[in-house]
Amino acid sequence: MLYEKGRRHTVSFTLNDTPVSGEAEPRMLLTDFLRHEIGLTGTHVGCEHGVCGACTIQIDGEPARACLTYALRMEGREVRTVEALADDDDALSPLQQAFRRNHALQCGFCTAGILMTLDAWLKTHPNPTEQEVRETLSGNLCRCTGYAAIVRAVMDFVREGRHA
Amino acid sequence: MAFRHIGTSPERVEDAALLTGRGRFMDDLPVPAGALHAAILRSPHPHADIRGIDAAAALALPGVAAVVTGEHVKALTRPFLVGVRSPIDHYPIAVDRARYVGEPVAVVLARDRYVAEDAMELIDVDYAPLDAAVDPVQAMDADAPVLHTANGSNLVSERTFDYGDVEQAFAAAAHVVSIETVFPRSLASPIECFGLIAEYDPHEDVYDVLTHFQGPFAIQPVMAMALQVPSSRLRIRTPPDSGGSFGVKQGVAPYAVLMAVAARIAKRPVKWIEDRMEHLTAAGSATNRVSTLEAAVMADGKVTALRWDQIEDVGAYLKAPEPATLYRMHTCMTGAYDIPNLAIRNRVVVTNKTPTGLNRGFGGPQVYFPLEQLMRKIGGVVGRDPLSIIRRNLVAPSRMPYKTPSGGVLDSGDYGALVEQALLEGNFADLENARQRARRAGKLYGIGYAACIEPTISNMGYITTVLSRQERERAGPKGGAQATATVAVDPLGGVNVSISSTPQGQGHRTVIGQVVADALGVAPDVVRVNAELDTGRDPWSIASGNYSCRFAGAVAGAAWRAAGELRTRLARVAAAKFDCPAELFDFRDGKIIHRENANIGIDFKRLAGESHWAAATLPSDLPQALSVTEFWSPDVLQPPDDEDRINGSAAYGFIFDFCGVEIDRMTGQVKIDRYISAHDAGRLLHPAMADGQSQGGFAHGLGAALMEELAYDADGGFLSASLADYPMPTACETPSVQIVHRETASPVTPLGAKGIGEGTTMSAPVCLANAVADALGLEQIDLPLRPAKLAAIIEARRL
Repeated sequence: MLYEKGRRHTVSFTLNDTPVSGEAEPRMLLTDFLRHEIGLTGTHVGCEHGVCGACTIQIDGEPARACLTYALRMEGREVRTVEALADDDDALSPLQQAFRRNHALQCGFCTAGILMTLDAWLKTHPNPTEQEVRETLSGNLCRCTGYAAIVRAVMDFVREGRHA
Repeated sequence: MAFRHIGTSPERVEDAALLTGRGRFMDDLPVPAGALHAAILRSPHPHADIRGIDAAAALALPGVAAVVTGEHVKALTRPFLVGVRSPIDHYPIAVDRARYVGEPVAVVLARDRYVAEDAMELIDVDYAPLDAAVDPVQAMDADAPVLHTANGSNLVSERTFDYGDVEQAFAAAAHVVSIETVFPRSLASPIECFGLIAEYDPHEDVYDVLTHFQGPFAIQPVMAMALQVPSSRLRIRTPPDSGGSFGVKQGVAPYAVLMAVAARIAKRPVKWIEDRMEHLTAAGSATNRVSTLEAAVMADGKVTALRWDQIEDVGAYLKAPEPATLYRMHTCMTGAYDIPNLAIRNRVVVTNKTPTGLNRGFGGPQVYFPLEQLMRKIGGVVGRDPLSIIRRNLVAPSRMPYKTPSGGVLDSGDYGALVEQALLEGNFADLENARQRARRAGKLYGIGYAACIEPTISNMGYITTVLSRQERERAGPKGGAQATATVAVDPLGGVNVSISSTPQGQGHRTVIGQVVADALGVAPDVVRVNAELDTGRDPWSIASGNYSCRFAGAVAGAAWRAAGELRTRLARVAAAKFDCPAELFDFRDGKIIHRENANIGIDFKRLAGESHWAAATLPSDLPQALSVTEFWSPDVLQPPDDEDRINGSAAYGFIFDFCGVEIDRMTGQVKIDRYISAHDAGRLLHPAMADGQSQGGFAHGLGAALMEELAYDADGGFLSASLADYPMPTACETPSVQIVHRETASPVTPLGAKGIGEGTTMSAPVCLANAVADALGLEQIDLPLRPAKLAAIIEARRL
């Protein structure tokens, strides 16, 4: 599809199991669209060049950098953000609980991206080793924790947390 | 008193919101109607005169409201106050001349950020490039390009200090051992960049800035003076959440001034969010430093004197509170050692680089890097292992509180005992065996150590040590470190606490809940803590904020004391009600109960309600309000004395680290086999969070040691503007550290706590450097220890 520079175009997709629709210029980043057009601010912007991973969301079930994605490209896609992880009664998911139990976050700014990376990955890797967890986390920067508690939380989740 | 909550590690009250995307960070907050979005055009040149700025094309772009330049800002502000007596005019934007790559040159205000950035590209700046001063030593040469012509040279401060009898100690020494080190620039760089919303009310002449500024709030009057208003007319408010800072968000201050003026000029609120490239280029930096350190050493390795020569590179301007990085450690330049004689020469130099500022460790890494490499080198000279040199020189527990030659008072601790405990719990013997095995197998394996003092709760007067005694007398005495907390009980017995500690992820609300719950004998969920700060409404002082590891000792201590006073008041209300002495009431399980007669007692909630609803029945001599604000500052923090001695911090933790590393012979990559970090940070209020601070502090130290450098080329060009050029440690490079604790309560702080957030950032760079030097058979090595550099050494030395 061809989009006209400088003009706002309509885009419709599924966001956290709910249909959404909005307008964006072709150059509008998905991060800006989610945060400032839709108003879901849980997805954070850390570098806008795809390195830090703070903006990681899931597109059709796969982790992706929202800061490297144009909003209009989401037409017809399925997008999930951190806001979808807890259930309808606001109860934390088992992975979120494992993070809280293990003090796996401090400032919490990178946390959404880390959760979205892990949430997708753990579905296909239910019994990872610590080294595999570290390698998976290597696309998400955290400056507070030194990762130790994050790795511990994931291993805790793998061992028992998912049944909590 | 026995604690029920202090010293335990409950889940944090902060976490549920942060885990579900409900955090309220700067860019998540509502924007005032009509707000403009700012983009900053920055200098591509390290040093250039600005001959003209043509913004006509930018202003013609639809959606652009204004373009603000140095000329506009200069008309409405005064230069920032500078901590030394040198003529340096520092505005938050370049005025006539740009002095570092990334210095703001123009601010575009537009209807959204996209348009603002479009307009930025349409601004035509006529630069006349000048030669740059880049290396701090060369910047002092007579023919070096001078940044601030009014100062005549790039040397902006020089002081010498002499404590004890240094000459005699060197004359009597068996050995004189010296080292010269070059410590590079790095940035603790939080994942959330700077952000703010600024407004101006022309009728009341009030600037209002909402930003995650982290203090010290001593900078608030500096900002107000720049804006030419009284402090009361610069209102700074902080958002509920801040995405990390590690000192760095102190650096938002000049931008707050810049955008406040921009809002005034545009007559509209202004929002600005910094991007990562701007952040790496211009947010701030740790200082780079060239140090020469000499030790007078006895035959057995006992050090009797140190002679320091430090050249501090603060970048293009002396941004408040600099040169604090240099003077924070002045009080403990002898480290963890009992060394009676000390001489220091300090020079502060400006160069064409980003101005420096607060950065985790703040001065510690720069000092321990030469000091702990020197201790290792002394071992080589006297023929003993480095560990025995550390043991030989540590301050003995019998000397506590130990007065350092430069005036520091190391308050408590048994350093030697912690070293032995760490070696035992960290299985040091096994590490030595690992080294032996690895070396026998032909591998490059080394062990490193570092023993450090972690100063916590900075004395607001230490920076005045940069001034002469006469200059200090003229300026008036400065000392102390007031922390504030307000504890209030509401009519239903709920407890509200507010603190001026501006957390950025350290769980302050959780810890204060624990502390106040223990003080009042209520459950932690009865206590609600607000850590947002509003300088127009809340109690605060110049020391407010989150830096120098002051929270656990000072802020939690202030909350403890405020709650204690409230408890005393409530006990007196109960005493009047039951007609018995107030001292006999215990506060526990949400009740106030007579210690000797359990039949006498009342629910906390009920007594609180009566105090509100029946205020007239309270004892007439009792302060009525169930609200107490405590300002706490320890007596030990006095201004510098006439001999330039200063106790720079209220309490001092001790750290002993050791590690084993293996270096890949082919690639030069450092692999950390094991890292042990032992701390005595006084009483731990929340041990799991304390461990988190150590692990995180280690990661920053590791980054600075192995990969991070804000690098400049010889002409002043900046080489590290993206995360590809400024690699930060990931989970793969950051091993989990084994943490060892020993808790010696500080006699200075109300709860006996000291800080713990910066220690391992101070110790890890030199501990890793010592291990790498051991592996490669070198006397010393400079940072960062990147693979290419180590591979070249391996090849050159045919290892």
